[in-house]
Amino acid sequence: MSEMRIVGKPRTKIDAVSKVTGAAKYGDDMMLPRMAYGKLLRSTQPHAYIRRIDVSRARALPGVLDVITGKDLPIHYGVLPNNQDETALAMDRVRYIGEPVAAVAALDERTAERACDLIEVEYEPIKPLLTMEDALAPNAGRIHDWTRTPNAHKIVSLEFGDVEAAFGRADLVREDTFLYEGNSHVPLETHAVVAKFEGGHLTLWSGTQVPHYVQRALAQVLNIPHGHVRVILPAIGGGFGGKSEPLSFEFCASELSRRTGRPVKIVLTREEQFYTHRGRHPAKMWMKTGVKRDGELTGLAVKIFLDGGAFSSFGIASTYYTGALTPITYKVPAYKFDGVRVFTNKPPCGPKRGHGGPQPRFGFEIQLDKLAEDLGMDPIALRRRNLVEPYSTTVNSLRITSCGLSECIAQVEKGSGWQERRGKMPPGKGLGFAASAYLSGTGTTMWHPDLPHSGAHVQIDRGGAITVFCGSAEIGQGSDHLLAALVAEELGVYPEDVRVVAGDTGITPVDLGSYSSRVTFMSGNATLKATGELKAKLLEAASRVLETAPEELEFGDYEIHDRNDHANSIKLVDAIVRAEAQFGTLGATGSYSPPRLGGNYRGSVIGTSPAYSFTACVAQVDVDADTGEVRVEKLWVAHDCGRALNPTLVHGQIQGCAYMGVGEALMETQQIDGRGLHMSPSLLEYHLPTSIETPEIETILVQAIDPEGPYGAKEAGEGPQNPIVPAITNAVYQATGVRFDETPLSADKVYRALHKKKGQRETTLTIPEFRFPEPERPTPREYYGDCS
Amino acid sequence: MSETENVVVTLNVNGETHTVLAPPYETLLETLRERLDLTGTKHGCELGECSACMVLMDGEPVLSCLTLSLEAQGHALTTIEGVAKNGVLTPLQQAYIESGASQCGYCTPAMVLSAQTLLDKNPSPTRQEIRDAIAGNLCRCTGYVQIVDAVELAAKRMRESVEDRVRRET
Amino acid sequence: MIRLPPFRFFTPGTLTEATRLFAEHERAVVVSGGTDLYPNMKRLQVSPPSLISLRGVRELKTIQAGADGSIHLGAGMTLTQIERHALVRERVPSLVEAIPLVSTLPLRNMGTLGGNLCLDTRCHFINQTPFWRQAVGSCLKDVGDVCRVAPGGSRCWAIASADLPPLLIALGARIRLVSERGEREIPLSELYRDDGIHYLNKMQDEILTRVILPRNENVRAGYLKLRRRGAFDFPSLGVGAALQFNADGVCESARVVLGAVTSKPLEMPQAQGLVGEKLSAPLIAGVAEAIALQARPLQLADYTYAFRKQMVAVYTSKLLNRLAD
Repeated sequence: MSEMRIVGKPRTKIDAVSKVTGAAKYGDDMMLPRMAYGKLLRSTQPHAYIRRIDVSRARALPGVLDVITGKDLPIHYGVLPNNQDETALAMDRVRYIGEPVAAVAALDERTAERACDLIEVEYEPIKPLLTMEDALAPNAGRIHDWTRTPNAHKIVSLEFGDVEAAFGRADLVREDTFLYEGNSHVPLETHAVVAKFEGGHLTLWSGTQVPHYVQRALAQVLNIPHGHVRVILPAIGGGFGGKSEPLSFEFCASELSRRTGRPVKIVLTREEQFYTHRGRHPAKMWMKTGVKRDGELTGLAVKIFLDGGAFSSFGIASTYYTGALTPITYKVPAYKFDGVRVFTNKPPCGPKRGHGGPQPRFGFEIQLDKLAEDLGMDPIALRRRNLVEPYSTTVNSLRITSCGLSECIAQVEKGSGWQERRGKMPPGKGLGFAASAYLSGTGTTMWHPDLPHSGAHVQIDRGGAITVFCGSAEIGQGSDHLLAALVAEELGVYPEDVRVVAGDTGITPVDLGSYSSRVTFMSGNATLKATGELKAKLLEAASRVLETAPEELEFGDYEIHDRNDHANSIKLVDAIVRAEAQFGTLGATGSYSPPRLGGNYRGSVIGTSPAYSFTACVAQVDVDADTGEVRVEKLWVAHDCGRALNPTLVHGQIQGCAYMGVGEALMETQQIDGRGLHMSPSLLEYHLPTSIETPEIETILVQAIDPEGPYGAKEAGEGPQNPIVPAITNAVYQATGVRFDETPLSADKVYRALHKKKGQRETTLTIPEFRFPEPERPTPREYYGDCS
Repeated sequence: MSETENVVVTLNVNGETHTVLAPPYETLLETLRERLDLTGTKHGCELGECSACMVLMDGEPVLSCLTLSLEAQGHALTTIEGVAKNGVLTPLQQAYIESGASQCGYCTPAMVLSAQTLLDKNPSPTRQEIRDAIAGNLCRCTGYVQIVDAVELAAKRMRESVEDRVRRET
Repeated sequence: MIRLPPFRFFTPGTLTEATRLFAEHERAVVVSGGTDLYPNMKRLQVSPPSLISLRGVRELKTIQAGADGSIHLGAGMTLTQIERHALVRERVPSLVEAIPLVSTLPLRNMGTLGGNLCLDTRCHFINQTPFWRQAVGSCLKDVGDVCRVAPGGSRCWAIASADLPPLLIALGARIRLVSERGEREIPLSELYRDDGIHYLNKMQDEILTRVILPRNENVRAGYLKLRRRGAFDFPSLGVGAALQFNADGVCESARVVLGAVTSKPLEMPQAQGLVGEKLSAPLIAGVAEAIALQARPLQLADYTYAFRKQMVAVYTSKLLNRLAD
């Protein structure tokens, strides 16, 4: 490959100027003529039958255009095909405080709000189930009637290898119980949509991460042809997983627009955002790990209970993910996973950055830390003893390709001065380590497993204008820029020369959206494929003029030249004109599907990915023993992202992950109390770290070039979040000698632990009582040589 | 509920004078966004808990969500739309885009204004001083590191350009 | 977007005009910075028919030195203006250090001294939207007849959550209240009542016009605040203290005032244990423990009751040690 001009170099994002000048238009910035405003009325009950809804007073209020309730949008939907358990508005029963019950359109937002107050709802309360223990108790009521075991949404039991035998072989076996609190994405922009229904066609501007799934669900629920729905993404003020499924207000705005003949805007308040949620599942986990005296892992058994809230969301995937991702970092020869997602009367949980990874990673990395201590080993040495190898297969049949984990560990070990400083720091200070792995896009699609995951179309006009069309969702991570950068690298121009038309289901090929860290890898590959076709035509046309074989030609700055004689060149725009003359209009479509991956058991595709990213983290903390306050002083995070297409953006993603990890480690929780009430439905009560609590974050890029990634790239947007919380927690142990097996490390909790009085009863962590079924014991599928 | 009568409100925003008819209880956030189309001013809570709606009043940061438009009269207001002059980015905006300090961009308008007022007062802030100065502006994407980088870079360039000018003039 | 409920709005330019307006409009509420009132109004905790803004009242915007060595701070000054004022920087460094601990910079640019001293009491159950309060059922401070914190009782336990009162009370501040009926000057400590609803000893028509800090030579004062984050958060505990020493380093007077513990800032008489002594770490620890023993933080601010009680001793001790140094 000739030297790269764009790829691998820090560059300004193509949409950056619009962001710093205030020109970028987000959902609430959309103002259309005759636009009306919608508001949702929400349930004040955690669990109740709706006996009566009277909207007559609301309808009579001057300025109110229409009011809808559950019966007006009765068709169920859900992001996963086999869990269609939501309706836009509650039908006859509400299942959490904050669930949408009715929607109003009015001439202005104040009137819409006042109309909501005038809607009378008569509830007949049902006993709410607010903890997993209550929901799984014998004789508990049911939140949904369709689950086989009451309130157990999804049960997974898998055993790979013989775990009991593995523990028998071990010199040391540990069992621990962990609690990872739930938390929310809290993008700075709340959900915002504008719907316009005109002539039977719907256009929805929505700040969603998944325009394709929203289009699909809108067609289904509104009962109109798929082709009559167009979902367009405005600028999006952050997602982090919270905007990655079709949501109530999208249907309500659309239906209200259909009924009123006006565009309808709905913007959620911050409080409503917390009710919409879909955030990180609270998880109670039991883990058992066996090791040989030299640190070799013999086996791992985990039981995970996920508190799912009231609806399915991505729950099946969440459950599998919490089992699938743990064995990717270290060789685990035998692995047993029992997982259950439990329905409770709380806002639904879903995917948040690192989906399914952070909770088991927290438990496992702390347990490894404890094992290292029991064995008298350096925590890093224990991990090193068991590192997965590049191009290998995990015990649960996941194919690993490129892997820079070893280098990541070496980098943070060196950067943090681990060997020299650990254990020799002043009282209250400590270093902690953890590592992790994550997907670069999931190996399977949710609806059509046989169809491409991403499509892109690239066209070049005769004047040299280059446009790439892709359904991908720019949510701030820079996906638009990366597509432009790839095309620019291929065709000898600069990213600013490439127009990206993305996230518009009316004109772009399907891409499944911004979730599971898939965009760079999948949209990137689709775009490269399309560009490659055009590139061949351009080289062919240039070859005729330059009288040089196409293989001898390459793209330079706005030109095509002989790689051995740069003076023998043709201007790009001239080559374009000649190519169009020779081949006709220049346009090409590319698509990407990952290879068929996964083992030979049910659910084995979840956890597969065409490539995994790897991360290692060292955290340095300072714990004030007098106040219990934990300060994260510094984080070193080394991330194997494959080729860093734009290092500036990769550093930013890693830092964003690390910051979010600090929040989850120290202060962020979405707590629902015994009445079903959200305990922190505002930005004052739900604490996001400020620039003061967020430490300096040293990010190190490790580039294990992946053979299947675009220019060898893998993901960076989610993986680095995984090791942060356990690294900080392990550092707090180093600093204080006290182990914390739960999040978050709030000052009161730390203080209590540090100043425990003799004989003071300890609150021990527990998991709910639950009998998992006999596990499925699949035979392994091997991709590369030895499977262990 | 009887509405209170509209009043005439005259605002000086980014050097332009705007006169609107608005109820006395309308906040500057509503007037800027919904009457003057200055949608660069964002909002994330409307309760003073995120500072995404920050604007400058006589050069000092205030929150438009908790300021009545009536009371903003007679003051020079600056929104993000008024920062770049004649399409030319300020050194801070330039450093911001180069440093990757804007991801989703939703906190950016307020953050740029916030950081600019720091640089106006302190031409060579330390990283800690930058962190302290922007502590009232929540960002959910960046982890603040590249924002601090950007402010540092802008400060350096602004100092160098001043030194350059002094050198040329002497 | 959460918006303000309708109200009439008055903008007097002078104190006389302002006091007249209050006399005329019985249910009018005073507003200056709006940083406390407007969020509360947006959440419909209060919906006054009219507001009288003190923003334009010139008399409230001065800082002057009194002939007796006192300093007169206009209640309409923003916290930032006070923090930056040369006289305050020279004479009341403890106030200059305390102000940046309040909320965020833009709110300090808007919020006033008077507003901070009259900050409404706060509670997890009242500082919520109407929707949330409807879901839990309304409380005493709202329109209900039961306290959600202590359901048996008939009083409201909302917490005094302002940062500056503990320090200013420790400094011996007095305040001036003006109405059409006349004016009076009282110690700041007497402004407060231990009642979450009627938390101020001030008539509706009285305007807090100035804060008077007595001559404070040889006084060492400070404020410490417990909170989760270095910005935004109200105190989960605030400790204000002022100590006076003679030439031999003997403590001549000592005041310790706790914020965010009950419905009013709480002056702790146990601080008198420092008077007449040369301060040592063990002595301070003993006094701090005695103070913590008497402090009973209400269970409705951030962090647990037990922790906040323990932190009373830790923060008091920390602050006193710093001042004794």
